Amino acid sequence: MADTLPAIQLDHISRHYHMGETSVRAVDDVSLSVARGEFLALLGSSGSGKSTLLNLMAGLDRPTSGSILADGSNLAALSSLDLARFRRNAVGMIFQSFNLLPRMTLEENIELPLRLAEVDRAERAGRVREALERVRLTHRLGHRPAELSGGEQQRVAIARALVNRPRILLADEPTGNLDSATGEAVLTLLREVQAQLSMTIVMVTHERPLAERFADRLATMGDGKLIGLSPVSQAATQ
Amino acid sequence: MKARDLTDLALRNLREAMLRNALTTLGVAVGVASLVAMLSLGVGLQQLASKRLSQSGLFDTIFVTPKNSFRGMGRPQSRDAEPDKPPRPLDEEARQQLAKLPNVIEVYPQIRFFTEVRFNSKPYSTVVAGMPDSSRNSGAFDGMQGNFFSSASADEAILQIEFAKDLSDKPSSLLGQDLVLRYAERQTNPAPGSDPAFTGGFSVVPKELKLKIIGIVETEPAAGYGGYGNARLLIPLQTATTLRAAQVNDLRDIVRGDTSDKLTYASLSVRAKSPSQVEALESSIKSMGFNAFSLLDASKSLRTFFSVFDLLLGIFGSLALAVATLGIINTLVMAILERRREIGVLKALGAADSDVQQLFFVEAGVMGFLGGIFGVTFGWLLGRAITFGTNVYLKRQNLNPIDLSSVPWWLVILALVFAVLVSLGAGLYPASRAAKLNPVDALRYE
Repeated sequence: MADTLPAIQLDHISRHYHMGETSVRAVDDVSLSVARGEFLALLGSSGSGKSTLLNLMAGLDRPTSGSILADGSNLAALSSLDLARFRRNAVGMIFQSFNLLPRMTLEENIELPLRLAEVDRAERAGRVREALERVRLTHRLGHRPAELSGGEQQRVAIARALVNRPRILLADEPTGNLDSATGEAVLTLLREVQAQLSMTIVMVTHERPLAERFADRLATMGDGKLIGLSPVSQAATQ
Repeated sequence: MKARDLTDLALRNLREAMLRNALTTLGVAVGVASLVAMLSLGVGLQQLASKRLSQSGLFDTIFVTPKNSFRGMGRPQSRDAEPDKPPRPLDEEARQQLAKLPNVIEVYPQIRFFTEVRFNSKPYSTVVAGMPDSSRNSGAFDGMQGNFFSSASADEAILQIEFAKDLSDKPSSLLGQDLVLRYAERQTNPAPGSDPAFTGGFSVVPKELKLKIIGIVETEPAAGYGGYGNARLLIPLQTATTLRAAQVNDLRDIVRGDTSDKLTYASLSVRAKSPSQVEALESSIKSMGFNAFSLLDASKSLRTFFSVFDLLLGIFGSLALAVATLGIINTLVMAILERRREIGVLKALGAADSDVQQLFFVEAGVMGFLGGIFGVTFGWLLGRAITFGTNVYLKRQNLNPIDLSSVPWWLVILALVFAVLVSLGAGLYPASRAAKLNPVDALRYE
């Protein structure tokens, strides 16, 4: 029964900001269900609210109204400590600008979520190596991020997102800083990981062709609203 | 996050901005050093004063006199004295009873008398005091020239330096030489005969005793309470007792008609095991029917003075540490600005607000701890330097060196704990600010 539940269930989610006296509806009454093991691409132009929606799914932000069911909890009702636990254990995140800590080696960057999750030291080295093997970068273990290409850095970010074995991977414009070939390689890797680990992936992108090639379903945002939701095969023909 | 991981990350962060954090830590070190140096001087001065005073033997000693003892010119009779009832004499029996009181180390008579000393055929007036053998270990004779008395009944003398200077321009040359003590011996007269005007009493007969000078002392071991001012010629107590030199109470006894040959003492000194037992002992002695007096109150005043003195020094010393806390706050606030994105990443990876807060706390604490260690070392060195400089000056003035500063273990621990607590206090605001950062805003920060 549990397997039939969606990985993420957004129910009439809104996120409004106040900028002076103006109210900005970054996300406006969005309802969306992401199935387990699904690869969903969130498309839309800049300012359409797709990154805000992703942050809400990640528990980095709280909705103004509505509920977000993920990992058996309503994120909107969790305390900040429980939200931190959710981010630590249930989701992995990758970003457009990789967000690796430049002072740390790849090994230390990947180990960081394990430290936060208080995983035993003895177990950590194996988990780091396993994550690096998955992204095929074991030979760069002791390097620092600046010594790697953009594509390699994003692969390290993927390894860091996977190291705590989350059920959901959230990617915010993962190919935004990469050339098209490298971007494709990164998405191929994501697809591969998804297949191996039966993960749910939600990816924000504005590159529709890539999304159509790799995602199972496309959700299109416009002015904070969900304006389209369709499987890739249909989307491609539309 | 586990404490070890937290510390690892904090140390790594501190290493990354090495120069800035080292300067901040140095600021804390200077603050702690100033605090430690100030307090070490306060403690050192207190120890010096206490040592000098304890060497005088005044603070563990109770001076016991009969209730209606002669109290000196212009001073009233003891309030407790009962004119109709004869006062209890301070005799050998009383001495034995006093010696049996709990926490009493020894009881000895205060024997002091005026004398004329003949040295190289020249007369010199001074006061002689009998010193008990136990004073050998009191510390009052530390650093003396020559030796302490070879036995409790030796015909030997130790001179106080000022008196030695009166005798010779080169005091050290006096060691081994002889001097002659001229004193008045009390001799009891035969029992009264048929002459009613003759009430017996005693005669005072001039006597001489040759003494060998065996030591010269710079302190004043027989200073203070005693009725005749400072004794400058010290002889063994037993020797002084056997001289039966006329003392002031003899005069009192003869006026009162108490002319028996029974030995009574003008006063007895009762030494307690420690100054803390003096108060209880003093009231026990009073309840036995004697006057008892100690300088404990003076000692209390001294402790109060030094407590206030240390407090003031501590406050002045802490000012530099207060300035150093501003450095810590500044450094950590700068670190928040620089590491804003990193804080966002940590939060995105699952760090709780408390993890981020603790990270900044540990960084502040480490700076405080390291600053404390360096500060205590600098402070100790500063104290030693001040002591060294002072001793160079004292040496030029032909004075003995002193230990002006002291860094006891409690001061080391206090300084370290204080440095860490102050640093943690300084880290409160930055840590709380870092913990409250919105992760979405932090991740957007370029």
